[in-house]
Amino acid sequence: MVTELLQLAIYGVVLGSILTLGAIGVSLIYGILRFAHFAHGDLMALGAYFSLSLVAGLGFPVWASAPFAIVGAALAAIAIDQTVYRHLRKSPPIILLISSFGIAIALRSVIQLVWGPRNQVYASGIQIPWRFEGLVIKPDHVWIVLGAVVLVAALHLFLTRTKMGKAMRAMSDNMDLALVSGIPSERVIMVTWAVGGGLAAVAGIFLGMDTRLHPVMGWSVLLPVFAAAILGGIGRPYGAIAGGMVIGLAMEMSTVVIDPTYKPAVAFALMVIMLVVRPQGLFKGNA
Amino acid sequence: MEMDGLLTYGVFFLTQAGIYAVLALGLNVQYGLTGQINIGIAGFFAVGAYTSAIVTTHPSTAHLGGFNLPFPVGVVAAMATSALVAAAIGRITMRLRSDYLAIATIGIAEIIRLALKNEDWLTNGVRGIPGIPRPFSETLGANPLISLGVVLGFVAFAFWMVERARSAPWGRVLRAIRENEDGVSAAGKDVAHFRLQAFVFGASLMGMAGALYAHFIGFISPEAFLPLYGTFLVWVMLIAGGAGNNWGALVGALAIWVLWSATQFMTDALGAEYATQAGALRVLLIGVLLQVILIARPQGLLPERGARKH
Repeated sequence: MVTELLQLAIYGVVLGSILTLGAIGVSLIYGILRFAHFAHGDLMALGAYFSLSLVAGLGFPVWASAPFAIVGAALAAIAIDQTVYRHLRKSPPIILLISSFGIAIALRSVIQLVWGPRNQVYASGIQIPWRFEGLVIKPDHVWIVLGAVVLVAALHLFLTRTKMGKAMRAMSDNMDLALVSGIPSERVIMVTWAVGGGLAAVAGIFLGMDTRLHPVMGWSVLLPVFAAAILGGIGRPYGAIAGGMVIGLAMEMSTVVIDPTYKPAVAFALMVIMLVVRPQGLFKGNA
Repeated sequence: MEMDGLLTYGVFFLTQAGIYAVLALGLNVQYGLTGQINIGIAGFFAVGAYTSAIVTTHPSTAHLGGFNLPFPVGVVAAMATSALVAAAIGRITMRLRSDYLAIATIGIAEIIRLALKNEDWLTNGVRGIPGIPRPFSETLGANPLISLGVVLGFVAFAFWMVERARSAPWGRVLRAIRENEDGVSAAGKDVAHFRLQAFVFGASLMGMAGALYAHFIGFISPEAFLPLYGTFLVWVMLIAGGAGNNWGALVGALAIWVLWSATQFMTDALGAEYATQAGALRVLLIGVLLQVILIARPQGLLPERGARKH
């Protein structure tokens, strides 16, 4: 029983790492642009498929394809913002939310058109897992968790040590004050999309490594990603780390008592409980 | 196509457009009047369809019921069940901001979809429920024209209800909440309570549309409720027609349904080997269309009368 729980905890940390990378992007975008970006899951999927093209088409190892996927997804996010969202900046946030819902659908269609509707994987065959005392750990799991830790650390340095990172935090904390102090808002917005899109690409690749690639993979993971962002306090990127881990662990550990099909329901239930009990999140968000 | 074929297609086409019109009217109560975002339309639609199917089909060991009750009972039950689901979730979420509600509705739709697929005792799982009777087929026969008439009757009924609600003081409170929640609250109205009523009312119409769909097609399975496309099309319909305007909801439903069906003819011409790509291309086109409308004409074809210009 203890081994089983520990095993599920390992899966939970892996899922939590993936959710964290997605939720940080959602939180950053919410902090700067004040809308819930519904296309974030599909942006993750897009990054995963960019990687697939290099892996399956040109024989890259997955890790080597990641930088290209990050740049690709970041550029895609900036392009979407410039062609669509930028024209809606003066509209109520609700309109941006609906627009991003449409973008989510459009991105998924593009993925289906380019890469086809079936399930795909980066590497066929079974990885030989490591075994300790009855626990099973796949090398991929280690890479996913390590990758997430490195990226979160890099993001922390970016937000605290660079001028642009500080400008992003300033805009997120107090938009009006940041604007009157001369922060170039359009440039900050562009960097926000680049960071959010890049992190989403990695999250998508990790999700593809952990499970498989499918055009609906992004939409399916959107709910847990939002749950993680809300749990951590939306608009608070650091909270997203805690939120991602809690949701990831809860979803995996819940399979002890409930049918694994209902894992998304666990994320949903936690999110709703959080919204009722403490809507500002574990850490005070911008709610 | 021969004359008969054309007529059959026309009847089929209008019946489906009518079902979408009911959905768009339901969404208009929630979003157009009250400013609530519901991304889980397909969930309420499915709840309505399954409820009416279980209530009206012959008894079966494959799923709950059926209870062999007449069609009108099925519709009322469908509306009531959708309303109940909406009330349960609404009680928790109505005090939240609209973007949190939007996220919550994704969760509801997802859980409903999973339940339809996995709770075999209730829904017969992925095999679905066959043999749902056409409306009044025992007395009037199974003529598709009768189904069309019934659906259009329900469209008119839904329109009348929503239009009355909109022009009544109740509807004015909803629009006031949409424009200035704090002001309404300061005027002594219980904002959450009004929101809940609007959410439940809209969801019951979506349940009604689900029942109409089930009786019109005769067979339902989880496959029929691809959550996104149903929800997404209804949103494009309402935004294109004009959120807040009930005529807009009707016009938008018809216009987008014409477009959606026309793209099917176009993509059919590509041939069967491109069928999946063609489907994706259609959705992509509608997705782009939504962006164009939001940027170029956010008020829709028929703007809400007396609405504040943004």
